[in-house]
Amino acid sequence: MSLDEARLHELLQKQQAGQVKAKDRYEIPSQPMPAQDAVVRRSNINEVALGYTETQARLEAMRCLQCKNAPCVEGCPVRIRIRDFVAAIADGKYDEALAIIRENSLLPAVCGRVCPQEVQCQETCTVGRKFKDVDKSVSIGRLERFVADRHKGGLLPKIAPPTGKKVAIIGSGPGGIVCAADTRRAGHDVTVFEAFHKPGGVMVYGIPEFRLPKAIVQEEIDVLKKMGVKIVCNFIVGRTRTIGDLMKEDGFDAVYVGVGAGLPRFMGIEGEQLVGVYSANEYLTRSNLMRAYAFGKGSDTPIAQSKRVAVVGGGNVAMDAARTAVRLGAEKVYLVYRRSEKEMPARVEEVHHAKEEGIEFHILQNPKRILGNEMGHVVGIECLRYELGEPDDSGRRRPVPIDGSEFMLDVDTVIVAIGNGANPLIQQTTPELEFNKWGNVIVDEKCATSMKGVYAGGDIVLGAATVILAMGQGRIAAAAINEYLAKG
Amino acid sequence: MSYKIVSKQQLSENVFTIEVEAPLIARARKAGQFVIVGVSNEYGERIPLTIAGAEPVKGTIRLIFQRVGKTTTQMADMNVGDSFGHVAGPLGKPTHVQKFGTVVCVGGGIGNAPLLPIAQAMKQAGNTILSILGSRNKELLILEEEFKIISDELIIVTDDGSYGRKAMVTEPLKELCRRNPKPDLVVAIGPTIMMKFCCETTRPMQIPTVVSLNTIMVDGTGMCGGCRVEVGGKTKFVCVDGPEFDGHQVDFDQMMKRMTAYRKLEQQALDAYQEHRCKIGLDQR
Repeated sequence: MSLDEARLHELLQKQQAGQVKAKDRYEIPSQPMPAQDAVVRRSNINEVALGYTETQARLEAMRCLQCKNAPCVEGCPVRIRIRDFVAAIADGKYDEALAIIRENSLLPAVCGRVCPQEVQCQETCTVGRKFKDVDKSVSIGRLERFVADRHKGGLLPKIAPPTGKKVAIIGSGPGGIVCAADTRRAGHDVTVFEAFHKPGGVMVYGIPEFRLPKAIVQEEIDVLKKMGVKIVCNFIVGRTRTIGDLMKEDGFDAVYVGVGAGLPRFMGIEGEQLVGVYSANEYLTRSNLMRAYAFGKGSDTPIAQSKRVAVVGGGNVAMDAARTAVRLGAEKVYLVYRRSEKEMPARVEEVHHAKEEGIEFHILQNPKRILGNEMGHVVGIECLRYELGEPDDSGRRRPVPIDGSEFMLDVDTVIVAIGNGANPLIQQTTPELEFNKWGNVIVDEKCATSMKGVYAGGDIVLGAATVILAMGQGRIAAAAINEYLAKG
Repeated sequence: MSYKIVSKQQLSENVFTIEVEAPLIARARKAGQFVIVGVSNEYGERIPLTIAGAEPVKGTIRLIFQRVGKTTTQMADMNVGDSFGHVAGPLGKPTHVQKFGTVVCVGGGIGNAPLLPIAQAMKQAGNTILSILGSRNKELLILEEEFKIISDELIIVTDDGSYGRKAMVTEPLKELCRRNPKPDLVVAIGPTIMMKFCCETTRPMQIPTVVSLNTIMVDGTGMCGGCRVEVGGKTKFVCVDGPEFDGHQVDFDQMMKRMTAYRKLEQQALDAYQEHRCKIGLDQR
């Protein structure tokens, strides 16, 4: 018996006797996530975090104090009964734990991996508060992943008898999947339309394999298909058919618009049209969806064969791009961010993994221009150093450039990961919808748009959302659609 | 959706025309729009191709492509009955069609293919169509018959003088632009360098000139930004802002450089494919 097993055994015996005190729970060390070795993983695309063992999961679950007020649930955008599923894991009742999660979340294997728990459920966790360290909170996300991975695919939910109503879901990302599942459960005839040749949205084209294996996303899609949801790829709503066509001619009674991210933002500096300057969207799509990592080994998708790469930005997408560049063989990868590490929107775990993989952080720096050679290829970026000034609208301290602080970074590739604007196609082709000045669809608290029967959520509404926020909106919209269709 | 090839014809040494089953696209497409096709769903490239025509009742679209890289070579090897992994569209903004008066349509090489539906739509809108078609030699000229039908005047030029006039397209273009009254619009589609010089020709005479750009693309829906070009000093996305732009505003030099981004890798993929093809005897057919 290993030390951990012995500890668990002892705790379980105490538990049976009803003798486990808060003090005992605080004494259980926070269980580290087993991970692929940082050197080894630089040259493969396999998942980095390997998942808890059963002993680890139960020990971690025993750390939970089972607070009466369950502040973790308040922190969850879809209000999973976290306290209860953690208790079920501690008791070894994994099926029960999964069933509890599935009441509110359809994609536990995905969310357990990519949710920013440290600013959601784990931020409000009493254990973390006690240690004044969010990293010491109960690892709710890892526990969620543990039970989800034990039961791949899971049970098919019950489907109500056919209602004769048709629902169109535009976009097969996390919001679309949840909305499709929830409206299908209510007995509607549901079709998901996807512009790419593969369903899954950002989970397939954006988030890399090493963070979210594509097989997991495929399983979720398969569940939808088994539920009777139709999935139509290569269908660009607005172009192949408009929302008006779908409703007036094709007989759809309700539509959910979850088209996701739109035009990538660039910095508007000199040299951004040079060969070797990518948006993170393009770089990641080539690598993930189109498997450029296997170029010459089955894949035809070309991607820059970079030696020295600068990634601009401090979010999760920037980390994904930088870590992808490492795996594609870059010798040196710089992450250039104009604020300090504290202001980085990326998850702490991603920052940690990126550093482990040798990515060099250049904080409080920002490109001023990109330099090219006579062929129009990138040869370097000129950066400025910044310092932090007064807080801005976002509450973060505003970065201020330091005059005369210019310096050069020799790079052959620049990846711009500073966010996206709204997808322009829906606005171009759907004059009936109301948009705000940024081109995002305006919705009410039920995700209803200005067009009758049309609902929207995710990036196209929020600007930049996370997987879980998009799922949350998909769920709200589904409830509203079910209610709307029940009336008429 | 099967995206099956229902007919295939070789137009010249390296140019092929195929009809592909894509009923929804056939119904929705308008002149000037394109599709993104992929041979395989797992590992393939996604390449943009202009829709050269469509038969909505039959549910097919017509694509004309030139065998250049690996994917187009693979497409040229496909036969009637074979299917594409995916065809998505129609993409891009349709051509702005109205009665302008006299429209000069300039096509170069494979550019005649995207030009044809635009010329047809312009003709239908009541314009006088003056067409200039250029190619390197007689064998490489495509769609002459189709243009004859809709053109009020048709001028053919070849680089080597093997057919029509021995000239660049810009020569007759200049002559037509000097006529009185001068043409109301020029539409030029072909190699980037040709479009650039057509625009240089019409600029001093202030004749509005539309070009259709075929840049490197990934999604075609405004998500990746790979197709960006500078138009009038602003970054534009060919897939959602184009593919047609005011040619006098386009930074062609920059665009040409961007088009070379993957030349080395493209050659590598092509070489590997041809070697494989040779080994399995495909080239014997």
